[in-house]
Amino acid sequence: MKPFISLEAKAAPLPFASVDTDQLIPARFMKRSRSEGYGQYLLYDMRFDGEGRAIADLPLNAENRQGAEILVARRNFGAGSSREAAVYALVDYGFRCVIAPSFGDIFSSNSVNNGLLPARVTEEDAEEILALLEGGHETIAVDLETQEIRLANHVFRFEVEPVWRTKLLNGWDDLDLTASYAADISRYVEADKERHPWLQQTGAD
Amino acid sequence: MAKAEPRTLFDKIWQNHVVASQADGQQLLFIDRHLVHEGSFHGFNKLKEKQARVSRPDLTFGIVDHYAPTRTRDINQTDPAIAGMITQLEENCRANDVRIYGLNDPRQGIVHVVGPEQGITLPGATIVCGDSHTSTHGAFGAIAFGIGASEVAHVLMTQTLWQKKPKTMRVRFDGTLGLGISAKDMALSMIATIGADGAQGHAIEYAGEAVRALSMEGRLTLCNLSIESGARCGLVAPDMTTVDFLRGRPLAPQGNLFDRATETWLSLGSDDDAEFAREITIDCRDIAPIVTWGISPEDALPISGTVPRPESTADESRSAHIREAIDYMGLKAGQALSDIAVDRVFIGSCTNSRIEDLRAAAAVLNGRKAAVPGLVSPGSSVVKQRAEEEGLDRIFIDAGLEWVDSGCSMCVGMNGDLVPPGERCASTTNRNFKGRQGPKARTHLMSPAMVAAAAVTGRLTDVRDLMGGRA
Ligand code: SF4
Repeated sequence: MKPFISLEAKAAPLPFASVDTDQLIPARFMKRSRSEGYGQYLLYDMRFDGEGRAIADLPLNAENRQGAEILVARRNFGAGSSREAAVYALVDYGFRCVIAPSFGDIFSSNSVNNGLLPARVTEEDAEEILALLEGGHETIAVDLETQEIRLANHVFRFEVEPVWRTKLLNGWDDLDLTASYAADISRYVEADKERHPWLQQTGAD
Repeated sequence: MAKAEPRTLFDKIWQNHVVASQADGQQLLFIDRHLVHEGSFHGFNKLKEKQARVSRPDLTFGIVDHYAPTRTRDINQTDPAIAGMITQLEENCRANDVRIYGLNDPRQGIVHVVGPEQGITLPGATIVCGDSHTSTHGAFGAIAFGIGASEVAHVLMTQTLWQKKPKTMRVRFDGTLGLGISAKDMALSMIATIGADGAQGHAIEYAGEAVRALSMEGRLTLCNLSIESGARCGLVAPDMTTVDFLRGRPLAPQGNLFDRATETWLSLGSDDDAEFAREITIDCRDIAPIVTWGISPEDALPISGTVPRPESTADESRSAHIREAIDYMGLKAGQALSDIAVDRVFIGSCTNSRIEDLRAAAAVLNGRKAAVPGLVSPGSSVVKQRAEEEGLDRIFIDAGLEWVDSGCSMCVGMNGDLVPPGERCASTTNRNFKGRQGPKARTHLMSPAMVAAAAVTGRLTDVRDLMGGRA
């Protein structure tokens, strides 16, 4: 996984609360394999009308927001379905960071597993960042080491689970870590066969 | 000897499953049961990329549900793209010696209905699935939560998962439920109280008199909706209701082993003085039948309420949300909820498709006609058969509703069971998100009895008005 240390990039405002994973990637696009790319289906029903035309007054569709790598939204971003495809859609579209006051738990861990930073700010700061973007500002700098967001001459602090921060900074993959614990897993299983035999096997086996 | 620290039920099960701990607080948990469905293909693909195999096929269970067609069980009569999703799961399972409850298996159904029904779900276990409503299984006193595809791949390969322990929260439901009020109403009132992100980062233990009084079906509904409050999972301490439900289930322990397991299960519970990071109490006497009016499960109100006004709150973000919801749902601020006409109804999903749910809906529909069309999809083939033995299918069909096969169906529409654009559906499901039941579809969540009432009158209706002499 590609590490995330800092990023200075174009940002796009998405001034909605509870942008759930069903909206991030509608269910009907989820039959595709990852290699086909999910970016074009990101927020499909929000970005396009029934005839597939881009909805002009959505900030994300504006000319000056093309190429954005940072998304700013309101609370409860990524709630709902555990579909990792929601993160694939964001990442394949080009996003590397989402800034919001709160995130769905499963969405956050899926993000981190794909190198996408879920940066948590206060509700007031989210409103201020959204207002600055809507006022015409385009670029945001995000520094994961200092946990700071810079925009115009403002500095905002963001939070992220320390465990996830380390993982993102180093680009670590859980599987590498787990491999070093193979002996512990075997020991656990042996002991649990005694403690909870009904968990280590099923009734019909 | 020093007295042991009092612990919560969640802490006890968690600690039982720790394989290793890291200095930063991450812990490697052993996973006792892993459920996979058609959507798990990303996880299987990652496994293939690494040329790995499923580490514990005996603890992995494949179930066809998300794309299961409900009007035919003939794969050749099914849309090829949908059929492809089903055969892909069957092939992935077979290639890895994972048992599969396929489309034509008499035990097939929604993963969160089949797990408990077959005795796959057990108290004290850790259970994961690439589906957020895995929280359902917590009804048995298990730690059960949804995971993403990268995590699915990790569990397939190692039967473990790195996690940071969530905080604990206790939600106590005091008192008893009124007539016509169900676990769905308990859950929706809780979500309306704490918000759709109110329990983020927490594991909820449900306790109190009303929870103890719930059947396993009711507890499953309650735990199912935990995720809609943002919680990682929800759980209920095992008791004799739990044990009685499990006895004789095909994959539950049998004979002496069942007795030994029962002893362990009944000893699981939070210590009296265990501390929770948060506690809330809800008085069941205050719970009326609830419906959602908006686009998030927190947009829930008693049926006697009215559609909120955006200007009723000074919170800019909330009032923007109300405006967005009213606009999407095609409602008017201040409109009485009981004046909202619906175009169709849906009874099904892992939230409310078990036998008790069907009985509750049938009790209202018995001898009546539905004013609007609708679909009834039982949670599993086992539930379907049971309902037919009880004659519930006749009640639905005579009322004018369609009685179909089991699967996720119109909860998510992946199999093609969709609410047409702009139409309004009274639904027993769990998500009223924009487009959840189909592009531009409008969803109102409520209990099975309330959906039945809406079917009869063609608008959102207090089921208690239709219950004279029925229950
Ligand atoms: S019924 Fe709905 S919520 Fe439940 S598993 Fe299926 S799609 Fe998910």
